[in-house]
Amino acid sequence: MSQHQTGHEHAEGHGSLKSYVLGFIFSIVLTIIPLVIVMNGLLNKTQTVITIMIMAILQLIVQLFFFMHIREGEKPRWNVMTLIVGVIIVFTVVAGSIWIMSFNSTVQ
Amino acid sequence: MWENIKEFASTFFVTGDPLIYGADVAIVLTSIAIVFVLTYFKKWKWLWTEWITTVDHKKIGIMYLIASLLMLFRGGVDALLMRTQLALPNMKFLQADHYNAVFTTHGTIMILFMAMPLMFALFNLVVPLQLGARDVAYPFLNSMSFWLFLMGAMLFNLSFVIGGSPDAGWLSYPPLSELSHSPGVGQNFYIWGIQISGIGSLATGINFLVTILKMRAPGMKMMKMPLFSWSVLSSSIMIIFAFPILTVTLALLFLDRFLGAHFFTMDMGGNPMMYVNLIWMWGHPEVYIVVIPAFGIFSEVVATFSKKKIFGYKSMVFSMMLISIVSFFTWVHHFFTMGSSANVNVFFAISTMVIGIPTGVKIFNWLFTMFRGRITISQPMLWTLGFIPCFVVGGATGVMLAVAPADYQYHNSYFLIAHFHQVLIGGVVFGYLAGMYYWWPKVFGFKLNDRLGKWAFWLWNIGFYVCFMPQYALGFMGMTRRLYTYGSDTGWDLGWAPLNMVSTVGAFLMGLGFIFQVWQISYSIKNGERDLTGDPWGGRTLEWSIPSPAPMYNFAVEPHVTTDDAWWKVKEDREKGIKPAPVKLEPIHMPKNSAIPFIMSVCWFVAGFGFVFDWMWMAIPGLVGVGICLLARSFSYDTDYYIPVDEIERTEAALRGRTV
Repeated sequence: MSQHQTGHEHAEGHGSLKSYVLGFIFSIVLTIIPLVIVMNGLLNKTQTVITIMIMAILQLIVQLFFFMHIREGEKPRWNVMTLIVGVIIVFTVVAGSIWIMSFNSTVQ
Repeated sequence: MWENIKEFASTFFVTGDPLIYGADVAIVLTSIAIVFVLTYFKKWKWLWTEWITTVDHKKIGIMYLIASLLMLFRGGVDALLMRTQLALPNMKFLQADHYNAVFTTHGTIMILFMAMPLMFALFNLVVPLQLGARDVAYPFLNSMSFWLFLMGAMLFNLSFVIGGSPDAGWLSYPPLSELSHSPGVGQNFYIWGIQISGIGSLATGINFLVTILKMRAPGMKMMKMPLFSWSVLSSSIMIIFAFPILTVTLALLFLDRFLGAHFFTMDMGGNPMMYVNLIWMWGHPEVYIVVIPAFGIFSEVVATFSKKKIFGYKSMVFSMMLISIVSFFTWVHHFFTMGSSANVNVFFAISTMVIGIPTGVKIFNWLFTMFRGRITISQPMLWTLGFIPCFVVGGATGVMLAVAPADYQYHNSYFLIAHFHQVLIGGVVFGYLAGMYYWWPKVFGFKLNDRLGKWAFWLWNIGFYVCFMPQYALGFMGMTRRLYTYGSDTGWDLGWAPLNMVSTVGAFLMGLGFIFQVWQISYSIKNGERDLTGDPWGGRTLEWSIPSPAPMYNFAVEPHVTTDDAWWKVKEDREKGIKPAPVKLEPIHMPKNSAIPFIMSVCWFVAGFGFVFDWMWMAIPGLVGVGICLLARSFSYDTDYYIPVDEIERTEAALRGRTV
């Protein structure tokens, strides 16, 4: 264990207090926006859905950069590679489900 | 007051079935016996410091192994109960409800609480040793994975005597598993048992991915890594991406049952087919998660016992990684009959056939490794040789099932049952047993008796064919799965009785094989051939370069790797008279034991039990306990220590004195 860890214990930074606080504020704001819109019925249905989706994607980016430290770490970029596989799987889950379940509209 | 207690007990405990009263008695007697033995021999402290709080991957592996063999027993008894009920038409052995519960728990236990922990046992026992590492990347998390798995499994098994077992099939399809059709607590046990152990499985996947990427010995490039470790990497990738899907799906089902949501209900915009779609997105990768490590084991065993380098190393690696990705694109073949459009079925039929190709490549690689090798038929090799024809037939019937139009005939018939048992027993069980026999001397320091092992193997192997070959025919004769009786008065018996009888005989032969294995293990503990060399089979990989059982720090000196089959190279050099460079011992950095994983898992158990019975007074304190454990861990800084050089010297001298 020892030799492996001591090699890069200090190479991987873990963010500063400032970046954590900033990330925390961003993620709170991005959560409050859709909540307010839905609770007060500010937008119509399509607009609401689109806003929620945009907020979700922004939230994902905030989490990745401020808390998951996607920019840090040494080569090879395992974190980026796993992220890409993850994106492919998520795409498969969502798009595949829509495609497969579309029979509902044709049979009903 | 007394009346209230009686009323509560009559619903809380499962009543009315002699089998269950028998189990009650057995559980109470076993518990008393365990407590008595531990107290009499003053072993409580030993149990706590050596096992419960341990973070040593070897000990965690042994605990996984014991737990999974117990679960194999439980699942096996379920199987024998079913085969007894089906042996003759009009059997009155099990009631319909009880039969439903038995096939449900058989499936869930065999996949999630037998195959998965047996796989994790081998991950833990072998991977760090094979990589030349001192432990896994996250030893604390590893211990937590085990205890979460065990608590989840216990919660699930508790349903047998408390509250009632789940009985909606091993994947719990709605609407049957919804509150409207299963109002009892059985489904809650199912959800929470799997959720709690699922956290552990996901953590193990992450742990071994990081271990393999980061903890390899210096010089061991990815393409010099042993194939079992490659298979673990492939399996871990699938675990990381598939298990969250299971967690979310069961969480949605829980919301339906607990809060009255409508994700999978028949009305109010819910759609039960969505559950089927989602659960198989986990379920399909899951079967590859359990079978790929078996492929890794066969690769090690075949190379060792043929005294040859594995044939086609690169194609093995490539095909395993290909399977881990393509396995995410085949899930619809479990429900071709749902009625999706033709295009959907065509896509998934083709992807299912495509995934058979890399598997075929591996079969040829094993055969070519054996070709002109000096083959020793040892126990691990025996299971490997049993696996090859079995898996080829299972794969071929799988491709038959992949033909979407034909699947309308096979779907949910005994043909399907025979197919998946053939790949799961022939592939997974034979594979893990081969691995168990192969690495047993490394883990415990003695070999398992050969004679008893051969009896066990032939009983298993012959029993398998006697049990499942008739089921292919029964499927063609129209027998459907999950049928609890087939009396001729109901018009169900279409000449099925003789083949069912044969099948039952086969199942009992396999049961006998298991008894022989228990006998073999208990006999060998006293009389087994001791392994004093650390390398009883003439191995090729690093785990055979250290004494058996391995010292707690595994490697006194970190090995430096220059080729694949690293240990073989060292042995060759020795024969040529090349002396290894002198090495200097250094203090070894090790993780400290911790009680937090155990306490936290107990808290999860309490919370899970509370949720099962909808007792918030129990669930909330349980969750609070989990939170406190998380905090306690976050603020504990004293988590590691160094083993001084003189202690290593003493341990090594004692071990080597014995070994050389």
